[in-house]
Amino acid sequence: MSQTAFETTAYSRRRARMSQAFSVLCLAATSLGVLVLILLIWEILWQGLPWLNARLLTSFPSMYPEKAGIAAALVSSLWLITLTALFSVPIGVGAAVYLEEYAQASRWRSLVQLNIANLAGVPSIVYGILGLGLFVRALALQRSILAGSLTLTLVVLPIVILAAQESLRAVPNSIRQASFALGATRWQTVWHQVLPAATPGIMTGVILAISRAMGEAAPLVAMGAAATFITFIPLSPIDEFSALPVQIYDWASRPQPEYHHVAAAAIVVLLTVLILLNATAVYVRYRYGKRIRW
Amino acid sequence: MSNSVIDVAPHGRFGIEGQAVRPRRWGEQVIGVALFGCALVSILTTVGIVIVLVAEAAQFFREVSIWEFLTGTEWSPKLENKFGILPLLCGTLLVMAGAAVIALPIGLLSAIYLSEYASSSVREVVKPVLEVLAGIPSVVFGYLAIVTISPLVRTIFPSAGVFNAASASIVVGFMVLPMVVSLSEDILRAVPRSLREAAYALGATKLDVTVKVVVPAAISGIVAAFLLALSRAIGETMAVALAAGNRPTLTINPLDEVQTMTAYIVQVSQGDTPAGTLEYRTIFAVGLALFVTTMFLNVLAQWFVARVREKYE
Repeated sequence: MSQTAFETTAYSRRRARMSQAFSVLCLAATSLGVLVLILLIWEILWQGLPWLNARLLTSFPSMYPEKAGIAAALVSSLWLITLTALFSVPIGVGAAVYLEEYAQASRWRSLVQLNIANLAGVPSIVYGILGLGLFVRALALQRSILAGSLTLTLVVLPIVILAAQESLRAVPNSIRQASFALGATRWQTVWHQVLPAATPGIMTGVILAISRAMGEAAPLVAMGAAATFITFIPLSPIDEFSALPVQIYDWASRPQPEYHHVAAAAIVVLLTVLILLNATAVYVRYRYGKRIRW
Repeated sequence: MSNSVIDVAPHGRFGIEGQAVRPRRWGEQVIGVALFGCALVSILTTVGIVIVLVAEAAQFFREVSIWEFLTGTEWSPKLENKFGILPLLCGTLLVMAGAAVIALPIGLLSAIYLSEYASSSVREVVKPVLEVLAGIPSVVFGYLAIVTISPLVRTIFPSAGVFNAASASIVVGFMVLPMVVSLSEDILRAVPRSLREAAYALGATKLDVTVKVVVPAAISGIVAAFLLALSRAIGETMAVALAAGNRPTLTINPLDEVQTMTAYIVQVSQGDTPAGTLEYRTIFAVGLALFVTTMFLNVLAQWFVARVREKYE
């Protein structure tokens, strides 16, 4: 009897030890992701900071790494994200409002919903091929900022729609009922009650989408649009363009280590813009999120 | 459709199902149609992708047989007119498999840690870090692969080339890791608490509860997360184009230089290939293969997600 009791305790101790070991393993796995992020940022700052200066921001691509800069790429990227935001926000929020506030539960609605989920999983380079076939060739927009922005709009649209849908869903029904009870129409309810309440969430999603557009190189390269030999500042949406991530790709793919330093410095600029965008998102969520209490 | 949609409140959301809400202005109808148009854009995008890919690929398959495309073991469109996609597919799957070896176990263990073990303060630190990792552009990971990972791989395995599938796999693994963690964690947290409590009541340790109760209960959702991560890894472009190389090779050695489907599309797009040539059309044929592969994985993942929904909702 005591023998059995002893065995049981030893067994349960072993089980407790194994359980402990497993929790350590899980912790180690989690730390790895955090460590990689630290390594990545440290490596880029170490390689890039010495090369980050005013010349980098004001020069054009060059055969000599010490003279190369991102002026054209940075301005192009700002053009691209501005136009992408202008196109994707109304269409994305409109589609979300349609799905959440207008469409009845039907096969059509589940089809649209399924389609959006699928589009979110389509590789961005495939959108680039669509952009090549549709915007560059069929609509003859050539290799313009406009064609690039329209392509990026299609890439980020699912992100905007899904984020906007989630924020709309979070608005309590009592708000809508109160509005209808006061005699407001469907659109008056959406425009004056539901959308303002959902704005912080929608803004967060939009900024996430813009960050994605800012970092995307694949669709622009596949369109054959973004060029790394642009030595002028693009001034209108029909100009040819470059893009920051495409320029980084070009430099990183060269064998000379000096170009790798320029690439790292450009990455510092890219990440800084992304951090600014995301800080805005956090601020918006905090600033406007506070006012709403249900 | 505009009338019925605007007049009648939908699916009981407003608790006034079936009661008419009269449009006061004709503008209401116009707005309804405009919003419908916005939703239509997403459908048209899919239709556009399919039409563009299929139309150009059809031209390609007029000159190259589908059989040769799918079973040929050499890909050399420019020099030898060989159009077998197997080397590109092999490179893609090799990079994907390597990324899976990293992202799936680490991702699942992290998700288990966050869902079952971590205090809320740890979670508040780790989750934003993973979000930041997920937000870093592909090209930055590509830079890291060539400048940091590839030299490291070559120190450990001197036989590896500057461009190798392994360094691409490693960065792609960490790129898809946040996705595996966040999707799996959501699904683990959705497992009802009562299941855990029942297991504890039977004397189970935390390990038993996690491995024998929580994970099996969430398995459909975890599989879905894994499939979506694999699909992401297959579609990953810039990092792979930078790190894995540009030589189509039929190999399973991760130290070899390979070319993925995405990297091939990038390579051709960068050169000035005139529209209408056979080489130009390979972009669409390879793009179609890429689209079909990722779509298959996505649809499969959605099927698994639907199974989870049936279970707990």
